[in-house]
Amino acid sequence: MSVEVRSIEKSFGSFQALSDVNLSIQAGELIALLGPSGSGKTTLLRIMAGLEAPDRGSVHFQSHDVTHRPVGARRVGFVFQHYALFRHMTVFENVAFPLRVRPRSSRPSAKVIRERVDELLGLVQLGGLASRFPSQLSGGQRQRVALARALAVEPEVLLLDEPFGALDAQVRQELRTWLRALQRKIEMTTILVTHDQEEALEVADRIVVMNKGRIEQVGTPEEVFHQPTGEFVMKFLGQVNVFHGRVQNGQASFADISFDYPGYPHDVEREARVYMRPHELDIKRSPEGMPSLGARIERINPAGPSAKVRLRTDHGQEVLVELNLDRFRQLGLTAGEQVYVVAKAARIYVPKSDPEYMI
Amino acid sequence: MALLRRRHSVLPGFGLTMGYTLLYLSLIVLIPLTALFVKTAGLTAGEFWATVSNPRVVASYKLTFGTSLIAATINAVFGLIVAWTLVRYRFPGKRLVDAMVDLPFALPTAVSGIALTAIYAGNGWIGQYLEPLGIKVAFTSLGIIVAMTFIGLPFVVRTLEPALQDLEREHEEAAAILGASRWQTFLFVILPAILPALLTGFALAFARALGEYGSVVFISGNMPMRTEITSLLIISKLEQYDTAGATALATVMLLASFSILFAINALQWWLGRRYQGGL
Repeated sequence: MSVEVRSIEKSFGSFQALSDVNLSIQAGELIALLGPSGSGKTTLLRIMAGLEAPDRGSVHFQSHDVTHRPVGARRVGFVFQHYALFRHMTVFENVAFPLRVRPRSSRPSAKVIRERVDELLGLVQLGGLASRFPSQLSGGQRQRVALARALAVEPEVLLLDEPFGALDAQVRQELRTWLRALQRKIEMTTILVTHDQEEALEVADRIVVMNKGRIEQVGTPEEVFHQPTGEFVMKFLGQVNVFHGRVQNGQASFADISFDYPGYPHDVEREARVYMRPHELDIKRSPEGMPSLGARIERINPAGPSAKVRLRTDHGQEVLVELNLDRFRQLGLTAGEQVYVVAKAARIYVPKSDPEYMI
Repeated sequence: MALLRRRHSVLPGFGLTMGYTLLYLSLIVLIPLTALFVKTAGLTAGEFWATVSNPRVVASYKLTFGTSLIAATINAVFGLIVAWTLVRYRFPGKRLVDAMVDLPFALPTAVSGIALTAIYAGNGWIGQYLEPLGIKVAFTSLGIIVAMTFIGLPFVVRTLEPALQDLEREHEEAAAILGASRWQTFLFVILPAILPALLTGFALAFARALGEYGSVVFISGNMPMRTEITSLLIISKLEQYDTAGATALATVMLLASFSILFAINALQWWLGRRYQGGL
């Protein structure tokens, strides 16, 4: 089922949680709402679920306006960050809960409930734990019980609020992969809130990057990572080196380096910020006539799929460079060495705040 | 002596505090209670039985336990509502209401007894309206229930408040999303979570009501066989220098309340064991 939110506004007291949020989600998509805490991502999710009412705007499921439909009638599956399992009920009773609280007329028989719960517990691979209490389960198991319970309402949309937030790294990774596979299998529209960019990049079909109650960018993981539309997205997704520089007459300069920047042909000098991802930088032993920054190596961490080299430029700024291991071995770098940092790619942002100029 | 083995702790003082605890409990609780049994032992079995099974005494047991049970039940229901209101909502005068809950704790019981009697007597503020309806409160068992409810209220409210504060909003939201009505959410999600605290509050209010003397004797009228509570019989036996008889009644009361409290504790333990620890 497709989900659409139109011009949603929401404030809590004087805090503007969401301002003019528009988003359209196709049926069967897995969407990640990504942003730092306070960016409004959870509020948006709760508005879609009906746990929160928007001050303005509307929520549509398929083509129906559900803005004023109560939570219980929306048929959404919701998984809370801290599971919210009923601790006085067994796993079985937790999953059976949504079936048992149905009005008498549509309540399934005890036998049907049993079959349905067994089926759901099988789906989340917890078949043998039906009679346990939540306190007797591990974090990952609890999360899967919460998911089974959410699916028991036969939802048309699955909403997950930081579902892996309280789990340790290894379990997170496993559950992530598992959730992705499960979502493919049941083909349910799924919206997941996370502040972990790696999680969003790995799991989602599309990512909605949020900041300060607004949507910054919507796109596939590839798009938001490689073609960020703004500084916030650039900074939030992955590590990045920032240099403060200037632009003037189609030229950009920072530190001792200057290069062509046709995006700003004006002759009024403006401040600009230059962004370079660690993997877009290379290290050379000599400047070789290319624009480069002299720097001293401070720390080398070759553990992992790439080697991370931390340097300090002659201007005193920290720079992080990521080299693939072949290149790293070929260079044979040691800490304390004086080298040159060369950029393979860079992005320049000229702040729009200056009232004299609009770009 | 595995019981005395203790874990190493950065905080010293186990010996001192444990010693103090034992001494204190002995002086204040254990020795007086033992004296009770020793005094009772002055009676032969026949005399003891004759004292404790006297029809007037039996009537007082029934009255005391019956009214205490009703008062504790009323407190459990209305105390829950009061605690719920105090924890869940903000309203003007909340602090005042909060302080009022503690009044029965603070007031000398005789004072509350006199006040309740004055209000519920046939010519009192409330009594004058109830009397024409055929409801007599003062000098009946109903009056005893009123007095016992009054003194037991803070126990339920104060034990329930922390439990209600600990309730997580997420659980209620989860129940709502899963399609439960408000009533179902209360019955299946909230009530089980606060049941242990509710039971404790009930047990405390019940125990308090059983032992209440001061406020009850004023409002009950103390008519033999009808509105005479056991505590009053004990006092009147003491006034007649029948110490052995008084302690015999006291022993029966003690054993009875102990078994009831024990049963409630066992129930609580059974409830708590099911979902202790973790989330």
